[in-house]
Amino acid sequence: MRMLINVAETVVADALRGMAAAHPELRVDVENRVITRSDAPVAGKVALVSGGGSGHEPLHGGFVGPGMLSAACPGEVFTSPVPDQMVRAAAAVDSGAGVLFVIKNYTGDVLNFDMAADLAEDEGIQVAKVLVNDDVAVTDSLYTAGRRGTGATLFVEKLAGAAAEEGMPLERVEAIARKANENSRSFGVALSACSTPAKGSPTFDLPAGELELGVGIHGEPGRERRAMMTSREIADFAVDAVLEDLDSHDPVLVLVNGMGATPLLELYGFNAEVHRVLGERGVPVARTLVGDYVTSLDMAGTSVTLCRVDEELLRLWDAPVRTAGLRWGM
Amino acid sequence: MLDADFFRRWLTTAAAAVDREAERLTELDSPIGDADHGSNLQRGFTAVAAVLAKETPDTPGAVLTLAGRQLISTVGGASGPLYGTLLRRTGKALGDAAEVSEAEFADALRTGVDAVAALGGAAPGDKTMLDALVPALDALPTSFAAARAAAHEGALATTPLQARKGRASYLGERSIGHQDPGATSSALLFEALAETAEGTGRE
Repeated sequence: MRMLINVAETVVADALRGMAAAHPELRVDVENRVITRSDAPVAGKVALVSGGGSGHEPLHGGFVGPGMLSAACPGEVFTSPVPDQMVRAAAAVDSGAGVLFVIKNYTGDVLNFDMAADLAEDEGIQVAKVLVNDDVAVTDSLYTAGRRGTGATLFVEKLAGAAAEEGMPLERVEAIARKANENSRSFGVALSACSTPAKGSPTFDLPAGELELGVGIHGEPGRERRAMMTSREIADFAVDAVLEDLDSHDPVLVLVNGMGATPLLELYGFNAEVHRVLGERGVPVARTLVGDYVTSLDMAGTSVTLCRVDEELLRLWDAPVRTAGLRWGM
Repeated sequence: MLDADFFRRWLTTAAAAVDREAERLTELDSPIGDADHGSNLQRGFTAVAAVLAKETPDTPGAVLTLAGRQLISTVGGASGPLYGTLLRRTGKALGDAAEVSEAEFADALRTGVDAVAALGGAAPGDKTMLDALVPALDALPTSFAAARAAAHEGALATTPLQARKGRASYLGERSIGHQDPGATSSALLFEALAETAEGTGRE
């Protein structure tokens, strides 16, 4: 696999230096690996801090800015950041109104954010936590680590970020985040495996003419391998998998997310199929987002996330946002 | 009796073992994980060896506590908090004695392993590091070499298991047939322990 890198060891630091160069409106602490909006702390405003392994860009650093995250902590590729980063981020953005940690449900992320929450509270920072676990491909049972946090992370960060920007107190912002997560479900499909910089070769072997259904965003294989399907067939499968778990006749936000190596041409074509299935199933679409938002390095494939919205969530979705990865209304 | 120097040697030896085996750990982490276990532990244990050389804590408890904190601050993922907690809680259980007996160490290590089980919510048989740690702990009263053998066998025995915790659990039945990378790195710790004991004339 050819990669546009210097050496694997500096991939994250190099990207952070590049982000700093491209986005003077952000404060990028390359050494300590914390990205904050440059006007933080904003007086009286609840702060949102998220983070996770790198390799999912623009998530999370690309979602730092007015209307979304206050700070992001990038870990090594596919590896949760460490508690020190999260505590530093929380201290940098807390105005005294408290901090909400947005945590994708992976064992490492949960353990590190839990430790960070304890440490931040020791420093007098009020911390609330919300777990994102939207991936229907994982059976949520005693026998798994629970559902993964994937595409819904974007919805949670946007909707709770808008709530914080409106001046809602911590418990309301937390409630919005939970509501966004509880009303979101995702399903992912891989057409190729991804290559991590550390390994340099695909993390699993996917023969030509086959695809993986039910993948996450870390290059792990999915639940099932099948012969290659058309965009139409994949849309039927993915949307039905989501709707099986999220019965909705309310309007939904649709995220047709690229995994990193699937062209927009294909994603838009796939989006047409997703809308077709939703129409056939009687699910009205309120808003749609198509593009690479929660990626998995150079994996080819897509994920579909639906978020059931009421008037409040739709208003928060439409609220202005200005980040590197998502921007409208300001 | 085991002194601070013994524990420093153990962790330095472990750092060398992790360094040597990093590629294999990452290879094991590819089919059922995310292909980074070796590089993550390598980063952490390199930092542990560096901080122990710089700060030279003078009790066994202080050595392990410092090493645990360093792992938590440098590894990330699940391995950082889990291995960090293992060493930190073992170190705290040893208190500030200048030397500890092998039996005291075994007791303290049990406290550490219990803390790992509580933190990760895992039990033996879930295809995790506990599948090497628990048998090793049970064999430790016999000898360091027996603990090494038990950890090694425990790691090998994870192959037919279906993962119930961590990232491999997402694969369901497809996790069967692969050796667990966490159990394998745990076995490396006991290999380093036995090596250190032999090198310092203990059994």
